[in-house]
Formats: sequence, structure tokens, C-alpha cells
Amino acid sequence: MNIFTQDKTYTTTLITLAAVTLLIPFCNLMTTENSVLHFSAYSVSLIGKYLTFALLGLSLDMVWGYAGILVLGQGAFFALGGYAMGMYLMRQIGSRGVYGNPDLPDFMVFLNWTELPWYWQGFEHFGFAMLMVLLAPGLLAFVFGWLAFRSRVTGVYLSIITQALTYALLLAFFRNEMGFGGNNGLTDFKDILGFNIQSEAVRSLLLLATGLSLIAALLLCRWIVNSKLGRVVTAIRDQESRVRFLGYRVELFKLWVFVFAAMLAGLAGALYVPQVGIINPSEFSPLNSLEIVIWVAVGGRGTLYGAIIGAVLVNYAKTVLTGLMPDAWLFCLGAVFILVTLLLPDGIVGLLRRRIKPVTEATANTAGQTV
Amino acid sequence: MISETATQEFGASLPLDKQVDTRHGPILYMEDVSVSFDGFRALNHLSLYIDAGELRCLIGPNGAGKTTLMDVITGKTKPDSGSVFFGQTIDLLQMDEPAIAQAGICRKFQKPSVFDALTVFENLELALKTDKRTWPTLFHRLNDEQRDRIHDVLQTIGLSALQRQPAGTLSHGQKQWLEIGMLLMQDPQVMLVDEPIAGMTHQEIERTAELLLSLQGKHSIVVVEHDMEFVRSIARTVTVLHEGSVLTEGSMDEVQNDPRVIQVYLGG
Repeated sequence: MNIFTQDKTYTTTLITLAAVTLLIPFCNLMTTENSVLHFSAYSVSLIGKYLTFALLGLSLDMVWGYAGILVLGQGAFFALGGYAMGMYLMRQIGSRGVYGNPDLPDFMVFLNWTELPWYWQGFEHFGFAMLMVLLAPGLLAFVFGWLAFRSRVTGVYLSIITQALTYALLLAFFRNEMGFGGNNGLTDFKDILGFNIQSEAVRSLLLLATGLSLIAALLLCRWIVNSKLGRVVTAIRDQESRVRFLGYRVELFKLWVFVFAAMLAGLAGALYVPQVGIINPSEFSPLNSLEIVIWVAVGGRGTLYGAIIGAVLVNYAKTVLTGLMPDAWLFCLGAVFILVTLLLPDGIVGLLRRRIKPVTEATANTAGQTV
Repeated sequence: MISETATQEFGASLPLDKQVDTRHGPILYMEDVSVSFDGFRALNHLSLYIDAGELRCLIGPNGAGKTTLMDVITGKTKPDSGSVFFGQTIDLLQMDEPAIAQAGICRKFQKPSVFDALTVFENLELALKTDKRTWPTLFHRLNDEQRDRIHDVLQTIGLSALQRQPAGTLSHGQKQWLEIGMLLMQDPQVMLVDEPIAGMTHQEIERTAELLLSLQGKHSIVVVEHDMEFVRSIARTVTVLHEGSVLTEGSMDEVQNDPRVIQVYLGG
């Protein structure tokens, strides 16, 4: 099956992403600050942040939109990936910290620790840290998913457990003894791969890396949902027990998608941290995970690009509104969610599709009817 | 034209120790099986034997335990007591639904349960007998032989023209046929067919009968049906269930003239 054909919105999304990813860093590296084509450091980071959120939304759409598993703790995997990256960046600081300890990050010196805990070993290597970015969320998802899906925990119960999971991690990471910087998290990063993380070139390259990752992830996800596994997963979403009688081990298919999505979320977290310059336990907040669900619902689940559109739009609205009236944002978010649920069950993408295609045409609507 | 869809040999893809041993005749043994739901005895010391290649009809009033029986065989319900064997050696009570399906016992449900969001073709593709683990499924591509097989089945169930339609747009009767097609795709040794003709036109019913008759011999088939005329048209042996156990067994004529059966059906 050709992944580039048929769906115009998909192609448009892909081209837009490619343009943003390539043009902004290109313009910024080629022009000086006074040029009209120059983007400020602030907007480069902001766009980079949106793209990491888009990647996070995409990961949720895989589990929720296609496999029908409403995960209310996707933020946990994002944060774990972020922490893995943060640990690498902390080790890059070296002796430039306030206390000047060559091995220990400042918060450990402050806690009177004398040596690096075992789980910080290896994070000075970029390759190892990147491996952990995928493995840490993947492993957590594997263990959690294995237990939950094997016991056939589904629906609301599973959603609530995932919410509890992220809340438990939030509490754990708040503790100083955990060795992840407690309340303050990890921050004051200096370098990435030996280059100054604050420099404009690095910021542009981070945006480039994020955009390329997002495009690669979108292509990969598209390939997966168009594979036979994608169809099995869709079948599980709509008639879980029936799939078992066809000889498929439903729990293993759910686990596969759940772990894949967790790793994707971890990657998003790892790209997020160097661009915002901090990772702290608030990233585990249940509210964050709920927001991801809203992005995907607004964009239109079960479409992949809908998650990207939703994530970017909602976060842009968040940036604008929290600037104008900070207290109103949560109310707006809630209102948007209610309105979308009532009026746009297939999200913005559903609206676009209805505009483009005649209503009478029978379309294979992949957006699920079940939660 | 119908028989060509089911030509693969029994158990060809199973490892030797997992092959179904039918040397003693029966392919399915249910002995002294009991199932209770909240005090209600759905199956009551039921014993039933299905011979290899046989076409067996199960009839009985509502609540006689027909669907529960299928649930037990396919692993959906675990019985409180009794034993269920596939051939001489395979203990079905030790297996879960996917394992039983892969071993070669497949089922058509009472309520047609096809996958609405997928096309007719894709529904059949999912049912195809092949490696059903996650990674092989991810990289699975249909080869020519498999594609031909899907097209054969599409022809058999008369849905070739609708193969690209989402299954959700089919009529009730067409969904029934699609489910029968999915059963054929799995090429099982034992087919459990729960109410195949509900919602079908007279013509479709005739074709269903023709299809089931053509499959016997190569597959062992158990049909649950309420339509007596249909049962008469296909059945050699009919088993009558009543209150969770076998009331009687025999040809349609024998069964219909059995005073106990008349009593059960007409009420007493």
C-alpha cells in the first residue's frame, strides 16, 4: 500500500511539517537577527515544543485511536523519557555546577551524597541515555501492560489505573531520596553533545531533530496502522473478544501497541527537555495526561495527523490564552473538550472530511465509536 | 463450485505432537460437563461426542444450553466439572480461546460479529489461517496463494463485488455470510456454527445448506439452529438438548417422533 496516496489532509500535514522543520532552522542559520526571515530564539523553542507535543499526541492516538485503550497516563512515559534526557544533560554540566563537583549534580552534593547512585551510571554517554529514553518508558509500559491486559482489565478501569500510575510516579519523583532532584527536577543544563544548549544554532538543530522525529514517527505509525497488525488492533478496539476466537492473543497485541506508544512518548519527552531547559515532577501530573487526551480528541482520533493538528492548535491556544488571562485557561480547556465531544466527535479532521467528501459516500471511518 | 474452498488437509500446519488423534472416531469429546451461573445449571452432566467429518445439528428450546456448550468448547466458559477433549490427546480445558482457535476449532457466533470498520476483504484477511503472533502479523504480506484463497471464499459467500465495502454497511444476511466466510478462511477441523440462517432470504438459506453439506467430511461441523426445516435439509444426526443435557440423539425423523422431544417442545 502506498503511504503517500489517497488522504489529502495527511499529505498536507506531512508537507507542512517538512516545511516547518526545514525552513525555520535554515532561515535562522542563514540570516542575521535583523532579517525579516529570522525567528526569535523564543519562537524557535516554542515551535519545537509544539512539535514534541504533537509527537506525544501521536503516541496517544496509536493506543487510544487505534487500539481503543484510553490511557490517562501517557504523560508518565513522556516524563520518563524527559528524565532520561535530563540525566544526560546533568552529566554534561560536569564541574561547572555551583558546587563544582565533577561527578555529582548539585542537588546530590546538597544532599551530602558522596557518589553517583547506580542508576545514574552510564548517563554520561549520549547513546546510552538515548537507549534509556526508549527503554525506561518501554519497560514500564511492558510490565504495567502485561499485568493489566493479561488480567483483561479494560475500559474505564484501565484508564483509572493509568491515571494512578502517573500520580504514583509524580509522588515518587517529588521525593529527594529518589535521586532525581526532587521538587526542582533537573535543570541548569549547559551543553548537549558538547555544544552550548542555549546557542541559537543548537536550538535550531533541536527543532530540526524534533521535526524529523515527528515526520519519521508519523510515517512509521502510518505504516503500522496500514499493516495487518494495524487491522488486528482496530478489530480489537471494536470487538475485543471476537478477535480471540480468530486465534490472536489480544493481550499481546494491546501490549505491543501500548509499549510502542510509550516509547514514542519517551522520545517526545527527550526532545522536549533540552528545548524547555527543565524537567521536574509536574510533568507526571495527571492533568498533563488529560490534556493529551483533549489534544487528540480535538484533532480527531484514529487519524494520526489529527493528533498532530490537535496538539499544535490546543497548545497554541494555551500559549495565547495563558498570556491574556492565565486563570481562564483550564475553563477554556474544559469547555473545548465538552464542545468537541458533543459537536465534533471526529474532531477537526472529521469536520474537514465532511467538507471535502460528499456525505453520501460510504467511507471507511477509522475513528472508533467506543471509548 | 463450493467444495474447492476447503481443500487443505487436517492439521497440516500443526506440529506432530499437536495433531489431532481421531483414530477412535470422535474428534470432539465432552464428558460429564457441568456449568452453573449463579445457581442456574446451564449444562448438567452433559456428554457429547462428535465424529470426525460429521455434520451434527443441535436443537433444543431456549435455555437448553446450546450456546453455553459452544462457549465451553471454544474456551469462553470454563466448566465446573467434566472433561472436554479435542481428539484423543488435546485437553481443551487447559487452553484459552486463541489456543483453541489455532488448534483448529472455530466458531461462527449467533449474533454476526464482523469487524464493521474493516472492509469485507480485510475481515477475511484477519481470519486467514497463518502465523498470528504480533511481529509476524506486523510484517505479514498476502502471497498469491493466500490472495487466491480469499477470492475463492469471496466467491463462495457471494460477496466478491462488495469486497472493498466496510463490513458495517452489509445487510444482516450478508454479515452472516461474511462470518461463514471467516470460518472458511480459518480452515478449521471443527466448525461450530451458531444460528447460521437468521436474517437470510429463502435463497440464501438454500445456499447455506448447500455450503454446509459440501463441507462435511472435510470438516466436522456442529450447527445450532432453530429452523426445523433447515435442520431437516442438512442433518444426518440431530442431538436434542434440554435443560443442559442430551435428551436424545438420532435422525431427524426419529427425533421428531420421540414423545419426550414433543413434550419438551410443545410444553407439558
